[in-house]
Amino acid sequence: MTQRKTPTKMVPAPSHGIIPERDLNVSPVLEARHLGIEFGGLHAVEDFNLIIGKTEIAGLIGPNGAGKTTVFNLLTKVYQPTMGTILLNGHDTAGMNTVQANRLGIARTFQNIRLFGNMSVEDNVRIGLHNQIRYGMFSGIFRLPGYWQGEKRQHERAMELLSLFDMQDLASHQAGSLPYGAQRRLEIVRALATHPSLLLLDEPAAGMNPHETEELMENIIKIRDQFGIAILLIEHDMNLVMGICEGICVLNYGKVIAKGTAAEIQQNPVVIEAYLGKRKEG
Amino acid sequence: MEGIRYIPKAINSSLADGFCRPHSGRAYAGARGGIPLCGKSLPADVDSFRIFIIPCIYGRESKRNMIQFLSYLVNGISLGSVYAIIALGYSMVYGIAKMLNFAHGDVIMIGAFVSFSATQYWGVPPLASVLISVVVCTVLGIVIERLAYKPLRQASSLAVLITAIGMSYLLQNVALIIWGANPKSFASVVNIGTLSLFDGQLRVTGETLVTVLANIVIMVGLTLFTGKTKMGKAMRAVSEDKGAAELMGINVNATISMTFAIGSGLAAIAGVLLCSSYPVLMPTTGAMPGIKAFTAAVFGGIGSIPGALVGGILLGVIEILGKAYVSTELGDALVFAVLIIVLLVKPTGLLGKKVHEKV
Amino acid sequence: MKKNQRSFAGNLITYGMVIVAFILCQIALSGAIDGFKMSRSLKGQLVPICVYIVMAVSLNLTVGISGELSLGHAGFMSVGAFSGILASQWIAAAFPTVNLEIPRLLAALATGGIVAGIAGVIIGIPVLRLRGDYLAIVTLAFGEIIRNLLNCVYVSLDGVAVHFGFLNSVLPGKMLINGPMGATGVEKLAFFEAGFLLVLFTLFVVLNLIGSRSGRAIMAIRDNRIAAESVGINVTKYRMMAFVTSAVLAGMAGALYGLNYSTVQAAKFKFDTSILILVFVVLGGIGNIRGSIIAAALLTVLPEVLRDFGEYRMLIYAIVLILVMLATNNPTFKAAVARLIPHRRHSDAEKEADRA
Repeated sequence: MTQRKTPTKMVPAPSHGIIPERDLNVSPVLEARHLGIEFGGLHAVEDFNLIIGKTEIAGLIGPNGAGKTTVFNLLTKVYQPTMGTILLNGHDTAGMNTVQANRLGIARTFQNIRLFGNMSVEDNVRIGLHNQIRYGMFSGIFRLPGYWQGEKRQHERAMELLSLFDMQDLASHQAGSLPYGAQRRLEIVRALATHPSLLLLDEPAAGMNPHETEELMENIIKIRDQFGIAILLIEHDMNLVMGICEGICVLNYGKVIAKGTAAEIQQNPVVIEAYLGKRKEG
Repeated sequence: MEGIRYIPKAINSSLADGFCRPHSGRAYAGARGGIPLCGKSLPADVDSFRIFIIPCIYGRESKRNMIQFLSYLVNGISLGSVYAIIALGYSMVYGIAKMLNFAHGDVIMIGAFVSFSATQYWGVPPLASVLISVVVCTVLGIVIERLAYKPLRQASSLAVLITAIGMSYLLQNVALIIWGANPKSFASVVNIGTLSLFDGQLRVTGETLVTVLANIVIMVGLTLFTGKTKMGKAMRAVSEDKGAAELMGINVNATISMTFAIGSGLAAIAGVLLCSSYPVLMPTTGAMPGIKAFTAAVFGGIGSIPGALVGGILLGVIEILGKAYVSTELGDALVFAVLIIVLLVKPTGLLGKKVHEKV
Repeated sequence: MKKNQRSFAGNLITYGMVIVAFILCQIALSGAIDGFKMSRSLKGQLVPICVYIVMAVSLNLTVGISGELSLGHAGFMSVGAFSGILASQWIAAAFPTVNLEIPRLLAALATGGIVAGIAGVIIGIPVLRLRGDYLAIVTLAFGEIIRNLLNCVYVSLDGVAVHFGFLNSVLPGKMLINGPMGATGVEKLAFFEAGFLLVLFTLFVVLNLIGSRSGRAIMAIRDNRIAAESVGINVTKYRMMAFVTSAVLAGMAGALYGLNYSTVQAAKFKFDTSILILVFVVLGGIGNIRGSIIAAALLTVLPEVLRDFGEYRMLIYAIVLILVMLATNNPTFKAAVARLIPHRRHSDAEKEADRA
C-alpha cells in the first residue's frame, strides 16, 4: 500500500475538530456543531461535531448501522436535524431543504446508486449542471438563442467533466446499463457538475475490485486538487480510508468515538473495540 | 356510462311534505341547538330569513328539524355502510396485490343483476338469490384475477390498472348484452318492516337496518379472519412482503385468489344491499358507487379494514348531509373536497400508516 | 451528440407521421382516388381524433414524462371547452358585423388554454404535495369536482355584458351556459385543419420541452426524486411546470372540442373520458409520444370500425384492450417477441424484465 496522501499536519480547530494545516487560513467548508436527530425516541445521531477544512479529504467510518449515512442525510438536509447547527461555508443551513443546501455548495453520491437510469450518461451530467448553465422554459420550448447557447455549453462542460474519468465515449449510453463501477463514477461526476465546495461520497468503493479502488483513490485526490474542494467519504475499505483521508471520524451507535489522523485511529483502542469487540478478560 | 344519482329517500319525502325545501337549509343545522318554546306551525312558503330565525324559536319546528337531521344521518350511515363493504374489496385487493381493481364496482352490478334475475325470472326466494349472487361473484372474482391480472403480476401497476379498466368495460358490456340498457327496478330482498321512532317521524327502513347490521357482521368477521385464521395471517404476510411470504412457504397465488374471492363475494352483498335501498339497476349502476367506495378506502387509509369502515360511513354521511343541506348538485363535489382536505392533512388517509422513505 | 441526433430523428419521424396521416386524410376527403374515400361517420370523427391526440400527448407529459398518474385530465378539457365557447361567443356578440371565424377560434383556444392553465396551478398546488396513488385519487376527485361545479354554472350574454350565476339560473339576456344543460347554441367553429395544426403545436411544445433543460429536470424527478433534489433541482417547480403545461394543452384541446358541437354538457367530460385518455397513453407506451398519437387515433376510430358488430362493439373494444395489455406486458409474450427481433434483445426487453 503506497501512501498517496500528501503529507499533512493536522491541527486542532475550534469546535472539537482538527483540520489540515494548509486550510488554517481559510474558513472551513463545513462545521457541524452538536448535530443530532431522533427517530421516535431513538437517537440515530447524537452530539455530532465535525469540522472540515477547505481542501481536506475526510473519512467517516464506523460499523454497520452506526449512523454514517444518517449524518450525510443531515448534512444534505434530507433529514432536518432535531438538534445542533450546520454551517456550510459559514452559512447556517437551518430551515433549508436539500435543494438549497446543494446550491450552497454540498453535493453527494448515494450508497445505493441513484442515477437517472433511463437517461443517457451525458443527460445525467447535464442534470447536474442544471443550476450552473441555465436557460428558461420558453427558450427551451421555442428554441430561442438561449436554448442553443445553453445546450452547447452544457454539452461542452458535461464532456469536460466526463473526461475526468475517461467516460466521454460512454456519453450516449443509457446510464442504467453501465457496469457497476462506471455507475459509481458517473454519480461522482454528476455531483461534481453541481459545482460543490464539499463533496460527500457514500461508499464510493463499494463493489469495486482492488484495481478499481486504487484508481478511485487517485481520482479522489485528483478531484480535490483540480477543483480545490473538500471531500467527506464514508467507506468500509480501510485501505482507501487510511490511504487518502487526512482526518478520520469514527462513529458508533450514533456517537463519535474517535477522531484523528489515520495513524491515530489505527492505534485507538476504542476504535479497535468497536470494530472487533471487547477482548475477553483473563 | 352515467352512474345513477342518489336522491335520498328522506329528501324526496321532505319534498312531498312540502313544509320545507331543504335546499337553503344551512339553518337546519343551526336548528339542532334550538330552544324549545311554544309550538306554532310554519306556513308552507318561508323566506330565507324566517327559515334561519324561526327554527331557533319554535320548538316543534326545532324538534322536527332535529328528526329530519337524524333521518338524513341514518340514510347516510346506511349508504356509507354499503360504501364500506365495497371499500373493503378495494382495500384488501390493494393491500395484497398492490393494484387498483377498477372492475370491482362492476362486480357489484353483476351481483345485483344475478340476484335480480334469480328472483324475477327463476322465482328463487330473495335470501337464496343473495347466496347465488355471492357464489357467482366469488367465482367471477377468481376468474377475472386468473385470466386478466395474474399474467401481469410482474408488469407495471399502470398496465394492470388499464387491464382492470378494460375488465370494467367488459363486465358492463356483457351486462348490457344480457340484461339490456333499460333500467330495471330492483325489488328489495329485505322483508323487515320499517322501524318508526318519534311517533313515526323518524322512519328507519328495514333495508337500512339490514345494511348496517350486515356491515357490522362483515367487519367483525373480516377482522377475526385476518387476525386469527391461517389464511388471514397469510394475507397479511403477503401484503407486507410478497417475496418474504413466498420464502416462508405461503402460496402467494392462492392467497391473492382468496382475496379476490372474498372481495367479490362482499361486492355481491354490497350490490344487493345497494339496489335494495336505491332500486335502479342498469349496467352502469356499479361505476359511481365503485369510484366513491374507492375514495372511501383511500379516505380511511387504504389497506386497513377499520379504515374502510370509517371512510365508507363518513363518506356516505357527508354525501347525504351535503345533498340535503348544501345542494343536491354539489353533494358529490363536497365528498371529493373533504377527501382532498383529508389527504392533504394526512396523506395516507385517516387510519393509514406512514411509510418512511429510505434514502 | 449521437444520442441527440437520434432523438432529433425520432422527433422528425413523429412530425412526419402526423403530416403524412393528414395528407392521406385530405386525399380521402377530396375523393380524388376511387375506392379511397372516407365514410361519413369517420369524417365526423376527424376533429375528435385531433382533440384526443392532443389530450393523450398532453396527458403523457404528466404521466409518462413527469411520472404522476393523473385521473382527472378531462377536468381541464371541460374548463377549456366552456371558457373557449364563452370567448368565441363574446367576440361574436362584440363584433356582430364582421366575420371573425378564425380569430374567434384562435381566441377560444387561447382562452381555453389560459383558463385551464390557471385551473392547473390552483389544482397543482395541493395535488403535487402528494405522491403515487394518492396523487391519482386526488386528481380524480378534482376532475369530479370540476364537473360538479360546471353543472351549477349559468352564464348569459346581455349585449356585450357577461353575467355569471352559480346555482342561479335567472340571468338577463341570452343564456350561453345553462347549468346541467351545458352550453347550447354553440356555433361550430372547429375544423379538421385547425385540429391538425393544434396537434402539431402540441407536439412542438411537448417534444421541445422534453429535449430541453426543463424537460430533463422533469424526467430526473420522475426517475429519482431524491437524487434530483440532491443536485439542486426544485422538485415542486418542475412537477408544476409539467402539470400546468399539460393542463394548458388539455384546455386548448377542450376548446376545440367544445366548438365542434352545437351543445356541450359537463357530463361529456366525466371520469370515463379521463380514463379513456389514460388508456391511449398506456397503450401507446408510457412516455412514448408517438405511441400516444397512434393509440389515440386508432382507438377513437376503432368503435367506428366496429360499428358493424352492433351492440357487441364495445364488448370487442374491451376485449381488444385487455388482450393488448396482456400481450404487451406479459413477460412470456415479450420474451417471445424479443427472440424474434434479435437486435432488441439486449436493450429494451431485458431492461424491462430487470426493472420488473
